[in-house]
Amino acid sequence: MTAIAARATEGVPHLEARDYKSDYKPIWCPGCGDYSVLTSITRALSVLGVPREEAAIISGIGCSSRIPAYTSIYGFHGVHGRALALATGLKIARPDLTVLAAGGDGDGFSIGGNHFLHACRRNVDLTYIVMDNQVYGMTKGQASPTTASEWEGSKLTPHGTGVSPFQPLAVALAAGANFIARGFSGDPNGVAKLIVEGVRHPGFSFIQVLSRCVTYRPEQVDWRKMVRKSEHEPTPNLARAAKRMMADDGFSLGVFYLGERPAYLPPTATDKTVAEVEKQFEL
Amino acid sequence: MTAGQMLLDSAARAGLHGIMTRSLGPQIRGGEAAAFLRLSSSDVSSGGDRVDLLFAFDWLSTERFAAEIALGPESLVLSAGDAGSPPEWITESGACCETLPIKEMLSEIPGGRPNMVALGVLARLVGLEQGSLQPVIERALRRKGPEALAASAAAVGAGFDASDAFGAAHRLDANGKTAGRWNISGNEAIGLGALRGGVRFVAAYPITPATEILEWLAPNLEHLGGELVQAEDELASINMIIGGSFGGVPSLTATSGPGLALMIEALGLSLASETPIVVIDVQRGGPSTGIPTKSEQTDLNIALYGLHGDAPHIVTATNSVADCVQTTQWSVHLAETLQCPVIVLTDQLLGQMRAIVDRPPELKLAGGREIAPAGVSNYQRYAVTKSGISPMAIPGTAGGEYVADGLEHTPAGRPSSQAEDHLAQLDKRQRKLDGHDYGDLWADVEGEGDIAIITWGSCTGPAREVRARALAQGLDPRLISLRLLSPPQTERFRKAIEGVRRALIVEQSHSRQFYHYLRAFYDLPPEVQVFNRPGPLPIRPGQVFEALVNGS
Repeated sequence: MTAIAARATEGVPHLEARDYKSDYKPIWCPGCGDYSVLTSITRALSVLGVPREEAAIISGIGCSSRIPAYTSIYGFHGVHGRALALATGLKIARPDLTVLAAGGDGDGFSIGGNHFLHACRRNVDLTYIVMDNQVYGMTKGQASPTTASEWEGSKLTPHGTGVSPFQPLAVALAAGANFIARGFSGDPNGVAKLIVEGVRHPGFSFIQVLSRCVTYRPEQVDWRKMVRKSEHEPTPNLARAAKRMMADDGFSLGVFYLGERPAYLPPTATDKTVAEVEKQFEL
Repeated sequence: MTAGQMLLDSAARAGLHGIMTRSLGPQIRGGEAAAFLRLSSSDVSSGGDRVDLLFAFDWLSTERFAAEIALGPESLVLSAGDAGSPPEWITESGACCETLPIKEMLSEIPGGRPNMVALGVLARLVGLEQGSLQPVIERALRRKGPEALAASAAAVGAGFDASDAFGAAHRLDANGKTAGRWNISGNEAIGLGALRGGVRFVAAYPITPATEILEWLAPNLEHLGGELVQAEDELASINMIIGGSFGGVPSLTATSGPGLALMIEALGLSLASETPIVVIDVQRGGPSTGIPTKSEQTDLNIALYGLHGDAPHIVTATNSVADCVQTTQWSVHLAETLQCPVIVLTDQLLGQMRAIVDRPPELKLAGGREIAPAGVSNYQRYAVTKSGISPMAIPGTAGGEYVADGLEHTPAGRPSSQAEDHLAQLDKRQRKLDGHDYGDLWADVEGEGDIAIITWGSCTGPAREVRARALAQGLDPRLISLRLLSPPQTERFRKAIEGVRRALIVEQSHSRQFYHYLRAFYDLPPEVQVFNRPGPLPIRPGQVFEALVNGS
């Protein structure tokens, strides 16, 4: 891997949250929950004190996946559903970087569902923030994997989807994520705190953020009244975490699971040159 | 298969050249398998026309490869004594058939195996000394213990002694020269070329017949501080290497046709975001699942034209086992220098071929990835430059923070749907490929005659042999084997073809993909003839030679 000189921690100026924002105006609708998630991410970066050049945010396609452009750190706006694969490659090739992945519920749980499972399993030290609004916004309002089965708001599924909604937290737990939490875009400080904890926790950290869509799911304005702080403390116990997730109505906020698995670490020793490797082919 | 590899190894140690290809049935493990060896005191470039020596362990399995085994009156066919009479397709060929009482021979050698008897017989028939086999036996079977080793040596010896009855017509002159010689497979050669090119990150999903590249790279990358990740699928593989390359580490994946099909979307991402990657495609029979274990040159169209949008990228092709090292190293260099995806086309025949070759020299290439310096200010990732190449900021570089994007963008990397931005970036991405000097590596051009064989990939081996035969008969056909398929080198091709009145195009494709590609991009001579065969049947030099001299 490329050797990157260790960063001198002294003399590095402290950056405020606004220093992690770019001057691009988001394409999001006024009132979209994603504005507040952007603020949470930049606040978290400020708290973590990561220099801009040593952090990267990777996304796929969708409203929320536009987020890298609105930050001032390195970013990659890739293809639909593959943010976690791209982030995994970056982190394994460059373990010195702080790598965030971000996107929506369609990007992460539908087209990218397989990568979500395997990123949880692989447990690379990444933090994945899913802005879940239970709808496809960019394509103008179709049902997503987390949409309730009886939602009739889309022309594609006028009688509801008839399909069981995806349970992101329980799936993440079953697949092996090491840190699992839920936040709410109406509580940017709470989300920022979860992101800080997720980044600091080794391995794959998954944070579902209920981030309302004002345009296609206006009824989500009521989420503010429905969310509540989880009454439970975070647990490293899989069975207990699973029970709480399955019993939850999807509106409890906080850290559900704090795993103790070590993060995936690639070997880094260099003990041969290419010329030495070649010798195996000699007769 | 083991005996075949040991025979190749023994021949190499005696100073012979050789190649070995293998052909397998569809079984997961076991089942019929055939090892094809061609040994010679001079360089070997193809599997040849005729089988001189065939050892059949049983007729039923042998029959499954009948289409790949061409016999003639000069052929010697040996079989185990208890296998019964040879089938008609063997006897009709006029081959001389002999049997060996293998069972009786082994009755005195507990633990001795028929394949070791065959090894002894064949080694003696091609003129090897018994002593040259001993170190090979020891190396191949050491882990099976001293008893198995002794039994194998005895079985080889029994075969050796028995072979005198079959004459000396097939003996080769072995000069004992082994200095600088390698024993390497095409897939291993791809792996080595990647390492020479600087690749230190690989993500891939297992697929026949590309898996050996990954199996070779995993431990060897580790020695160099690199890493191979087994991804969950090909979509993940290619996106992972885009991530690794974005991080500044030269990155590669290897796959076959079905995997390449899955990777197409992200190839466009690599191209639009100008993140260099290399994708190796070890072609197999297609379409769909096709014939996974056998060779064909039919991914040319998808490699050239599979991407949506106006998507200039590089496609290269390996044309021999040794060339797999060179072309892969060059391809990594091109990807890094031109910040674009490179698809390297190779195939099952070359990939799973094992060859005795002179050590392929390392290419000395100037260039590589142009990096934005630390402390850069007003950085524009996609700056519109004269060459089309814009310095790339690697994470960790202060001042270079940018967002790589598959959306069309402004020079600063900001998403844009404006016509002028689209045009500027389309021009830039085309310009950097068109303006690059690809040098002599674009093709192998040999000879001066007014008839040319135009080919690519694994058909180059037989074509080279055809040229050698023609030279021996006083003809001097030109050989043009294209290594750089995209971007087309129109001017170079024009020069290469100067004075040619007739061209014979050779390819392993039913629909003539290569011919249509040549028609699309190059001016061809007045008379054009196509020799095309679908896989998995090998392209035999004799058939191509016929086409060359008869002109039909």
